[in-house]
Amino acid sequence: MRKSRALNLGTGLFVLLGFAALFFLTTQTTSHGLSFGSEPYYVVTAKFRDIGDLKVGAPVSMAGVQVGRVAAIGFDSQDFKAVVTMRIDDKFNQIPTDSSANIYTQGLLGGQYIGLSPGGAETYLKNHGEITFTNSALVLEKLIGQFLANFNKSSSTSGSSGGSPK
Amino acid sequence: MIRDFLDSLSESIERLGDTVRFLARILAQVPSALLRPQLIFDQIYNAGALSLVIIMLSGLFVGMVLGLQGYDLLQRFGSEDALGTAAAIGLVRELGPVVTALLFAGRAGTALASEIGLMRATDQLSAMEMMAVDPVRRVVVPRFVGGVIAMPLLAAIFSMIGIYGAQLVGVQVMHVDAGSFWSQMQASVELRDVNEGIVKSVVFGIACSLIAVYQGYHSEPTAEGVGTATTRTVVTSAVIVLFLDYLITAFFLK
Repeated sequence: MRKSRALNLGTGLFVLLGFAALFFLTTQTTSHGLSFGSEPYYVVTAKFRDIGDLKVGAPVSMAGVQVGRVAAIGFDSQDFKAVVTMRIDDKFNQIPTDSSANIYTQGLLGGQYIGLSPGGAETYLKNHGEITFTNSALVLEKLIGQFLANFNKSSSTSGSSGGSPK
Repeated sequence: MIRDFLDSLSESIERLGDTVRFLARILAQVPSALLRPQLIFDQIYNAGALSLVIIMLSGLFVGMVLGLQGYDLLQRFGSEDALGTAAAIGLVRELGPVVTALLFAGRAGTALASEIGLMRATDQLSAMEMMAVDPVRRVVVPRFVGGVIAMPLLAAIFSMIGIYGAQLVGVQVMHVDAGSFWSQMQASVELRDVNEGIVKSVVFGIACSLIAVYQGYHSEPTAEGVGTATTRTVVTSAVIVLFLDYLITAFFLK
């Protein structure tokens, strides 16, 4: 009987350790598992002309601090724009309605994220609100294309942000 | 020669079919075997707890090698901060389940096959049948279920230790920033990656345990037969695991 108790103890310890490892993998290596009941959040949408390489789950940040995540990416067939749905943490519920959303790139080869720049309005974004001022992702190929087009025509007033060569 | 080839081909297909039928026979007996959980606990101990040392040591070294190789590769692109991501994804999705399954086949699978094979050779299985005890239910099913339960837990332990091994080399030896090691990992590893690892380790657990008990149960009742069964267990398990690994990876990448 004593032998079987030691055996059960070993089995129990092994199973506990195994589940502890599973728990570690799901909570510590990923960012999703940490919040169990999912923190309270509100949803904001924004329409972009071009979202480049933005992915679902990409961070939404303000002044470099992460305030939420991209929850869904859709397409509006009326005005041919990408509709990005963002989940913003309830802690950050004082974002002015006239804030603008921009798509930036992390580092040279990093993924893309949404940066919010605050506006000056007194009213704040509510659940299912929309950010109207948006700037598209900077797509490198387009930029080079514009630059080359400008360079060939050597007309400096094409209204592009690609830099006009002198 | 062609005839030999065809013969061996048909023999392999026959063995595959026999294995599948054996699996069906085991699965049909699983509910009644669950009524005697003590037998299963004993087998979880045999297959799992006794494999712990080899799994933890291997996990540590695989993680450390991953830390070194990953660092050397990533620093060429100036992105050694991504070491945590590379190590975690490599371990959780691929190396954890596969290396654990190979070690499991070598450590627990061979033990199962030779134990059951020796029972067959010493007529213990026939004796059970004479006493109206179904040897599949009494001997095979608890070992199979114990292996299937133990394998995912072992793979999870392997991955966890491996990540700490990579952290040990990356952060302590190569001076990657500990903060970016963990935060980049948490930012880019998704629950989907962990799920892939869990699915793989469960499937590998079923495959390895099934092959081990099948080879043991159907071994020739001689000393040589037990040896052949043990060898076949390791060889077949390794090939099947790597084949299934490709299938599951392709399925998850979709």
